[in-house]
Amino acid sequence: MKRAKFKKEALMLLPLYLFTLVFIVGPLVYMVILSFLQRAETWGVTSEFTLKNYLDILEPVYLQTFAESFKLAIISTVLIMLIGYPFGYFMAKLTAKWKKRTMMLLMIPFWTSSLIRLYGWIIIFRANGVFDKMLMGLGITDAPLKLLYTYPAVVVGMVYALLPFMIFSVYSSAEKLDWSLIEAARDLGASRIRAFLTVTLKLTLPGLLSGVILSFIPSMGLFFIADILGGNKVVLVGSLIQNQLMKAHNWPFAAALAVILTILTSVMIALYRKLSGVKDLEGIV
Amino acid sequence: MKNKTYLPNIYLGVILLLMYVPIVLVILYSFNESKISSVWDGFSLKWYEELFRDRSLFESLRNSIILGVASSCAAAVIGTLGAVGSSKVQMRGKGVMEYISTLPIMIPEIILGMVFMVFFSLIGLPFGMMTLIIAHTAFCIPYVFMLVKARLVGLDKSLEEAALDLGASKIRAFFDIVLPLIAPAIASGMLLAFAMSFDDVIISVFVTGVDSNTLPLKIYSQLKTGVTPKINALCTLMFVATILLCGLSILLGREKKPKKPAENV
Repeated sequence: MKRAKFKKEALMLLPLYLFTLVFIVGPLVYMVILSFLQRAETWGVTSEFTLKNYLDILEPVYLQTFAESFKLAIISTVLIMLIGYPFGYFMAKLTAKWKKRTMMLLMIPFWTSSLIRLYGWIIIFRANGVFDKMLMGLGITDAPLKLLYTYPAVVVGMVYALLPFMIFSVYSSAEKLDWSLIEAARDLGASRIRAFLTVTLKLTLPGLLSGVILSFIPSMGLFFIADILGGNKVVLVGSLIQNQLMKAHNWPFAAALAVILTILTSVMIALYRKLSGVKDLEGIV
Repeated sequence: MKNKTYLPNIYLGVILLLMYVPIVLVILYSFNESKISSVWDGFSLKWYEELFRDRSLFESLRNSIILGVASSCAAAVIGTLGAVGSSKVQMRGKGVMEYISTLPIMIPEIILGMVFMVFFSLIGLPFGMMTLIIAHTAFCIPYVFMLVKARLVGLDKSLEEAALDLGASKIRAFFDIVLPLIAPAIASGMLLAFAMSFDDVIISVFVTGVDSNTLPLKIYSQLKTGVTPKINALCTLMFVATILLCGLSILLGREKKPKKPAENV
């Protein structure tokens, strides 16, 4: 009797499990298989097993792409952290009414199409655009800087696109913070800095780390930001994968790159879980 | 000493302001008479007129709406059933399956896009609306699933039990008791899913077909090749729609409030 009852409700899981198996497990498994296959001379793949795709990644050109992409991701993430952490922290200290208002003001740009926001930066950065005019107007420079299609433009684009994730993560951590603990530390004679480092930072670490992951991982894959703001000067791992798929048609190589990126991502998430002791990423939904 | 307390608020204000600068500029230049965005030639609505004459833009807007509605609805059904089912059934491998089903919002979009592209061509599915809907449904499900699951955790189980005790069938109890209680979570999950689908570039790039251009893809290609203020006009309209959607989600969130005291009784 009990068994039959359980089975009926398990049927509710069927659509989710079927979809997951067919459209998520299936494609991911195929990606791994594909990464070990030999590329065919003209089109598609042969069924020959090979490690060539992985060895190709070790070529200086591609290693450099990985290194550059990492560098960009690190620079962006550090900037996002420096800007986003105080924001989330201060926001958690606001009164309930202002918390709500600030959240609303954050949600509007966050929900606005990322392309609209990217386009705004084109207007700002293009030669003789808003930024150049402003600088020249203030007499800081006397010639247009032409920042569009440069490295800094891409960094700004990344920081701008991913900052909300850091803010939401830090905020949701800092919101739960028991402020009396900090007071206690201060009462017991800890300096402001000491109290921050030993109490506040430690307790908001899950949020901070979650924000780091949520900004670091996408900043290796958001090829359209590098594309639009960086011209073809900044190549991310994401751009490399896209090029190998759509232009070079070397699918096995693209698959190998994706496998490596997936492994990197999983390692980071596993590290996060270990360091923070939290199972789900803070503030992800 | 007192001045110090204002500093954090100034910081919050400045950062928020900076977030709006690019958006405001896009809107401002949509009313610009001149074609070049670095020159201001006076107020004009001509780009809006041109926008409404552009058939291909409207077609991609239609595609995006169909795609967003279809995938958020599919995700609502699959995600809600899955979350409710998983709250009732204990079995081996449940945790793993749940983990895998939420992978699409954890792994980089670029990887999701690429695996869908190679997988769809492996199974011979022609690229177009169908492939777009499947791929978008995949990353929409986690939003609904996670939000509904979180809502179910906070739910008072005795309500459903009471209905069952009073003789309601399981199906009746689900539709009359459980579903209305989790409806706000489903709705906000769907809204979030729709917004993500409506904004997606990366995954769509890989799984789109020749006749299924979405709005973000159209804007993306124009940003790459060269823009006319027509795009500004379009972005402005999209921004207005975003604000309306935001307002809607706040209204949905507000509905919870009057219910809370009733739950406590």
